[in-house]
Amino acid sequence: MPFAAPWHAAAFAMTVHLHERGLFTWPDWAAALGRALAADEKAGRLDGSDDYYRAWIAALQELLAANGVAGAPEIETVMKEWKAAYLATPHGEPVRLAAR
Amino acid sequence: MPHDHHDDNPHSLLPSEPALRVKALETILAEKGLVDPAALDAIIDLYAHEIGPQIGASLVAKAWVDDGFRAGLLADANTVITQLGHGGRQGEHVVVVENSPDTHNMVVCTLCSCYPWPLLGIPPGWYKSDAYHARAVREPRAVLAEFGVTLADGMDEAALAALVTRDSMIGTGLPRAPGAST
Repeated sequence: MPFAAPWHAAAFAMTVHLHERGLFTWPDWAAALGRALAADEKAGRLDGSDDYYRAWIAALQELLAANGVAGAPEIETVMKEWKAAYLATPHGEPVRLAAR
Repeated sequence: MPHDHHDDNPHSLLPSEPALRVKALETILAEKGLVDPAALDAIIDLYAHEIGPQIGASLVAKAWVDDGFRAGLLADANTVITQLGHGGRQGEHVVVVENSPDTHNMVVCTLCSCYPWPLLGIPPGWYKSDAYHARAVREPRAVLAEFGVTLADGMDEAALAALVTRDSMIGTGLPRAPGAST
């Protein structure tokens, strides 16, 4: 498996899928990822694994916001819902979001 | 006795912050009809099992045995790999370079870790690290040495002689590779 964590693979696949669907061009994606990586590199060292895909997500969020798909507040809200769902679900049971 | 958090935390293990963020993005994009979860699984499966360095290796092997193919690949790699069905995302601007007895090529992208996905798959973590970005440019030979690669042009006659085995002189063996353990 070329991905170190399932969320790396999920972030990768979402980006490829959204490009296939025409939400952004590949040069736009490469430029956004380059900007996110450059910002992180200024802040500290990059290990090429978790922090590479953190920059990847930041780039994806930038393009989603620029395209009017989803802004940071909406993403934070759904993250909180997922966190609550994990905390409310007994260990070993499938975690599902409450009806939205 | 080590602390066992499963005993006093009966709820599910909370994913990391970025993992929760990715789940939130998947939820939002699926609700808006922009992402099909089955398509995501298919993309992951494709890059995990089908697209990888074996594709690049098949092109290298073909270039070794077919001089015309090799010349075409060196002159215009994009046309050749597109004809073979290996073009596309992250493979749009591929240039193929050839190692020779006096040239050893080493690839690094210091900007965004771009990498020819259709030929080599997903890059390894070290390729994306800023340690590799910086050091591959500043001290390429030191980086190569850590990968076990020593280039023969930096070797004196004594070091070169150490590569030559008895069997290689009889012709029943090959010289040792530089940097290989003796």
